[in-house]
Amino acid sequence: MKNRDPGRASSAPPRREGENSDQAVVVEDGRAKSNEPVSSAVAEPEATTLRHEPHEPPRQPLPAKLFEKRTKVHNKRIDGPFRRFKWLVMLVTLAIYYGTPWIRWDRGPYAPDQAVLVDLANRRFYMFGIEIWPHEFYYVAGLLIMAALGLFLVTSAVGRAWCGYACPQTVWTDLFQHVDRFVDGDRNARIKLDAAPLGLRKIVKRAFKYTIYLVIAFWTGGAWIMYFADAPTLVRDFWVGEAAPAAYITVGILTLTTFTLGGFMREQVCIYMCPWPRIQTAMMDEKSLLVTYKDWRGEPRGSVKKAKKNPEKFGDCIDCLQCVAVCPTGIDIREGPQVGCITCALCIDACDKVMAEVGRPRGLIDYATLEDCEKEANGEVARPPWKALLRPRTIAYFLIWGSVGLAMLFALGVRSHVGLSVSPDRNPPYILMSDGSVRNSYTLKLRNMESRPRAMEIALQGLPGAVMWTDTSGRDAAARTQVKTVPADQVLVVRAYVIAPEGVDTQEFSFRVTSRDEQRESAETEARFDTPGGSE
Amino acid sequence: MTNKRIDEPTGTETVGHEWDGIEELDTPMPRWWLWTLYLTIIWGVIYVILYPAWPLVDRATEGVLGWSSRGELAEEMSVVDQARVSMREELSRIPIERLPENSELFTQAVAGGRSAFQVHCSQCHGSGAAGSKTLGYPNLNDDDWLWGGDLKAIEYTLVNGIRAPGVEDTRTSLMPPFAGVFEPAQIDGLVNHVLSLSGKATSSSSGAQLYQDNCSICHGPAGEGDRELGAPRLNDAIWLYGSSREQVREQILNPKMGRMPHWIGRLDPVTIKMLSAYVWSLGGGEEFVEVSENPAVEVDEEP
Ligand code: SF4
Ligand code: SF4
Repeated sequence: MKNRDPGRASSAPPRREGENSDQAVVVEDGRAKSNEPVSSAVAEPEATTLRHEPHEPPRQPLPAKLFEKRTKVHNKRIDGPFRRFKWLVMLVTLAIYYGTPWIRWDRGPYAPDQAVLVDLANRRFYMFGIEIWPHEFYYVAGLLIMAALGLFLVTSAVGRAWCGYACPQTVWTDLFQHVDRFVDGDRNARIKLDAAPLGLRKIVKRAFKYTIYLVIAFWTGGAWIMYFADAPTLVRDFWVGEAAPAAYITVGILTLTTFTLGGFMREQVCIYMCPWPRIQTAMMDEKSLLVTYKDWRGEPRGSVKKAKKNPEKFGDCIDCLQCVAVCPTGIDIREGPQVGCITCALCIDACDKVMAEVGRPRGLIDYATLEDCEKEANGEVARPPWKALLRPRTIAYFLIWGSVGLAMLFALGVRSHVGLSVSPDRNPPYILMSDGSVRNSYTLKLRNMESRPRAMEIALQGLPGAVMWTDTSGRDAAARTQVKTVPADQVLVVRAYVIAPEGVDTQEFSFRVTSRDEQRESAETEARFDTPGGSE
Repeated sequence: MTNKRIDEPTGTETVGHEWDGIEELDTPMPRWWLWTLYLTIIWGVIYVILYPAWPLVDRATEGVLGWSSRGELAEEMSVVDQARVSMREELSRIPIERLPENSELFTQAVAGGRSAFQVHCSQCHGSGAAGSKTLGYPNLNDDDWLWGGDLKAIEYTLVNGIRAPGVEDTRTSLMPPFAGVFEPAQIDGLVNHVLSLSGKATSSSSGAQLYQDNCSICHGPAGEGDRELGAPRLNDAIWLYGSSREQVREQILNPKMGRMPHWIGRLDPVTIKMLSAYVWSLGGGEEFVEVSENPAVEVDEEP
């Protein structure tokens, strides 16, 4: 920029020495625009409206549209082994979801008889024979860890099988697509109906379809709250309008989400909203099992007719687009593995059928690892897909997953069903009695995790010469042990007054609580006895 | 100025200005956003109709529901009061010495007493009812009671106070000041004797004699005290104003005498009952022993 004459700046396009003139000036929208920045400090006012073109090389035009409008997926009916497996998984998962709250489980007279129950009001979590208290929340954390590791394990073993078969989004999308098919007919009929103008027939059909959607959605939301209260009672309360507002709100929200996510958003949830495909994509490698189109076999594509004329020129794919028609996410697997593919394997069913019809071997689209595909393409013998399961990573995941599970089972098996927590009074820390002895007060919480009342013995450990009494027993009953009956499945709060003779030093001691039944479970908790003698 | 054009890569119109080569696209607002805006407007209109909204000079528009946060609070309070009415009624009927027999009512009384104590009593006795030795407020947790520690005696103290001016039935006692009455050596002997009652010093015959002549009428020959007179026990480990030689001497020469306000008239009888139950439950409460019909001389004999 040296020797620039300010007066010249706007009058002529600035030019650097030795520079090609047509690079310095760009003609855009019929105007000459400088390629050199024009400082507004030196330029004439109109120069500031001149666009400069600093890109070197000039910028690439973007694709005409960045936004891709959604094309509605109308997936075609297909039958085959994978479709049948999908039916089965759908049946089982839905049965589990809708049915579990109705399973009864006898826990005696003091606890609810629902097999799986998250009892928020009483802060208990019941799962068949297991009962979890709030302070044992690490079991729930453990379950979540197992669930996460389980997903890793499944992904590493069979790719996105979770997405393809068991994910609620997939199951409900599948369910709603069956409703579409039931009401509007198969793919072609649905496409036609979509394009048709809004007439009476269409309105009736749409109304009928959305009603079914709503019923399913409501049922789904309704089943959810059954996990949080006694199911039969809640159903009655719900219909007579006596259930908690939270119940109605929850059902309302879940009905709405099921209706929109399952009825309308469908594959867009998988493609745009769900984080799991992204994580999975990062976990996949060339050894992961996935649904693959074997392009070396299929390409170049050509219709049966063309292939008959020219057998050498064409591959196995007859370009019938059946694989695209059946795909619930509406993608073309022949473009290669992609985030939109949930590996539901319906395209395998479709293509296998086509191959059988045209008399070519099955498996043009198939479960395979990319590594095996490459081998196969090079003419080596293909490994059976199940061999892909045995890989170190899968085994490692399995071992970790299994050991977390075993550790939890072990911990559940040996956990004690009594508990004791001690909080000393700090205001005042000690009380001098008239005979010179010293009294400390404690609040004890005795926990009985059995679903029957239990007698428990509280005993002092250490602190020689000391005795105690409680708020309900009175000082006359002072002794080194006290017996209390703790109600079933509850925490009993006991005020304990411990009195030690004159001259006792500040010291540590402990309370021990022992159940007075054949289990004789016990728990011990440390505490401190304060005296006027000062600390330690 | 309007130099609008369609931006080729995005297909969106520009706003028509250019600043240093920078142009702005006139992107329409996302539909969901617009709809949210419309919904909030509708919500706002409904809200203004239903609830208090526009501030006026001295109040706000009322809203057709007639709701107000003050009204809601009053409603909640009355619900709580309703729930407590039966408990308070029952409490007012039961004689206080029978209260511990009804353990549920007793627990409720203690809980109510605890909160009343924090409001009315903790200023002197401390939030843990531990009192203060330097200020001379007694510890209510221990088993030493100047005026009796059963439920009825505690209630009486609460109702009438201690040395409360203008209250006829107030608890009262007087320790005469002995400043100028004794020689310093005599005082030393007396202090020694008082401390010896609880084994903290060795007595001398002159000290014992002085005690016998001047103190034993109220405090008893062995320093056992007298609750009827409000004379503290001297042969125990608890010293309201301190147990050092200096403090004892000071208390003989220029005695401090604490006061406690009477609570009848300020608190309703049920609250006083609850307070008594709470104080009694702190761990030093004594059993009630029936000796006399007259509550003023209700005294618990030492076991
Ligand atoms: S279904 Fe098979 S044959 Fe038909 S287009 Fe798809 S890959 Fe080709
Ligand atoms: S491409 Fe095939 S496996 Fe993937 S989602 Fe579509 S149908 Fe399912």
